[in-house]
Amino acid sequence: MFYDFLELLRTYGLKVSVNEWLTLLEGLKQDLHGDSLLGFYYLARAVLVKSEADFDRFDAAFARYFKGIESIKELPKELEDWLAQPITQRPYDKDEVDKKFGGMPLEEIMRQFEERMKEQHEIHNGGSYWIGTGGTSMFGHGGYNPNGIRIGGTSRNRSAVQIASERKFRDYREDSVLELRQFQIAFRRLRQFSADMLGPKDVLDVDATIQETCDHAGQLNLMFTRPRRNTVKVLLLFDSGGSMDEYASLCTTLFQAANKSNQFQDLKVYYFHNCFYDYLYTDPFCLRSAQIPTEWVLQNLPQDYKVIVVGDAYMSPYELLSPGGCIDYYFNNEEPGITWIRKFTKRYQKMVWLNPIPEDFWSGSYYRSTIDTVMREVPMFPLSVQGLERSLKALMAAHGQR
Amino acid sequence: MNYFEGSSSYVASEDLMRSVNIAMALEKPLLIKGEPGTGKTMLAQAVADALGMELVIWNIKSTTKAQDGLYVYDTVQRLYDSQFGESVSDIHKYIKLGKLGEAFRSEKKVILLIDEIDKADLEFPNDLLWELDRMEFYIPETQETVKAKQRPVVIITSNAEKELPDAFLRRCIFHYIAFPNEQMMADIVQAHYPDLERDFCEQVLRAFYRIREVGSIQKKPSTSELLDWIQALRITGVSLESVEREVPFSGVLMKKNEDLDTLSKRWGHR
Repeated sequence: MFYDFLELLRTYGLKVSVNEWLTLLEGLKQDLHGDSLLGFYYLARAVLVKSEADFDRFDAAFARYFKGIESIKELPKELEDWLAQPITQRPYDKDEVDKKFGGMPLEEIMRQFEERMKEQHEIHNGGSYWIGTGGTSMFGHGGYNPNGIRIGGTSRNRSAVQIASERKFRDYREDSVLELRQFQIAFRRLRQFSADMLGPKDVLDVDATIQETCDHAGQLNLMFTRPRRNTVKVLLLFDSGGSMDEYASLCTTLFQAANKSNQFQDLKVYYFHNCFYDYLYTDPFCLRSAQIPTEWVLQNLPQDYKVIVVGDAYMSPYELLSPGGCIDYYFNNEEPGITWIRKFTKRYQKMVWLNPIPEDFWSGSYYRSTIDTVMREVPMFPLSVQGLERSLKALMAAHGQR
Repeated sequence: MNYFEGSSSYVASEDLMRSVNIAMALEKPLLIKGEPGTGKTMLAQAVADALGMELVIWNIKSTTKAQDGLYVYDTVQRLYDSQFGESVSDIHKYIKLGKLGEAFRSEKKVILLIDEIDKADLEFPNDLLWELDRMEFYIPETQETVKAKQRPVVIITSNAEKELPDAFLRRCIFHYIAFPNEQMMADIVQAHYPDLERDFCEQVLRAFYRIREVGSIQKKPSTSELLDWIQALRITGVSLESVEREVPFSGVLMKKNEDLDTLSKRWGHR
């Protein structure tokens, strides 16, 4: 039964499992949809979709499968004016109206609607035929009709295809929303409890102690266990200033998320401008007073730090490839930026690069050739919720799977 | 068949009522997600009231383990008893059922609310799969199986602090409570303050939604803050006109200093 709807949902990227599909069929058997398309819409959504981020995809698929509605977008001006003077709902016999209009196919409804648009020359409210308000006609608003389509006004009683084609959950799609909270949630992926790993057993295990003591007829027998603690250490490197300015708020959000998540064993944050060379900076203004030798960082932060670089990797090729290429005129670096990047990748097994430039624009242009170069050294991910999640997964992956 | 249609103190949107009834009919857990303050927890109470069932609440905290909901084996008590020469061979005495166990043991059908499931560890929901599917669990200490006498209606709330595992989601009926629109909010306010004047209500709501629309506000006020605000305005008897113009008691609505600053800049008052 409507197997092709399932297929369509899957092509829209909804991971509907067979189990969920069977649950939906069970619901239909129990008549939970109440023989209406609207009922079916809610039933299918509740059973098949498990995140508000997917509601929009579901709506799009639903609207396409039960298609036809999206073509009405522009209403004649006078029609809008008539609909702007609504009356309250006139009394009606629900059963009678349902009988009269129920079960009409959508094509027929649309055909009639176009017909009415041509015929209608004045305001009609409270009736059952014309486009108007407060009645039982299929067209208009503020009225009741089992099959009707709302035209103008705000919703009260609504139909399924209409709701679906409104796509009001568009904003919840994950690929468009970026928020502090979501970053924070993503950062929670970076967890590695030492209980799973080797370490001293130095915390009293109460349950085991009691069990042991009972087993030994009340003779106290202390048992110890390893503490559960997040052992992940993070080194964050931010590109600051210049071409990064337009992504400032995005970077701040990421910084706050990392900072507030307050769960890492250690979090170090340094800044650089375009590429890192002999010095890193402890504040985003990259002033000489705040500089710290990069070698010091490399020596003092052990190799189990996970390194996240945030930058657009968008610079002149000589900044990356030539000695003395640093953008700071008074500063002469003996080794090119790329060498410094390699020093990091050599020292730190787990390193990712987050790029605020959307993935589609990474390669192709001459000016962005540096992005390609950096990508060959460090795995690069877009700075978005999904990109962050992917990058953190890469950071947590077992060794050797970079 | 029991059918939920909202209650006098809880206004449920049409799609929410449908989801509740679908979950009950299909005997699946209902997973409720939504912005804080949209009444996720209240829903379970309302369903319980409307259907005349008892409500069992299991509050999840960051330290909660799945085991806690099933039963706790009180080893400390057993140890204590053993020190005083009491017989400790009967383990039954030391098995205390958790909230899930309580719901299973109940003679009548109950509503089980698992509140804020996302607070717990990432693996928590997976540990409950079998129990929620089969509505039974096994106690190895006493070699007993606790099986639900009446399959409870399970309502689970989540604030989306953590992603829930796929296997868990597949077994649930999902509902997202969107933030209510002005019309719906008016009904909600009406349900809480039936004697509120209409003009006053409209005025307050207009101000409220205007504030929510200010883009730079970090923590948008929610329903519960609105209800508190109305209470504050009523007690002090602020005049109608000043509500929208001055937004008195904005501290009730806004919980962050930055937001209060934004607000006072916008509205240009102290």
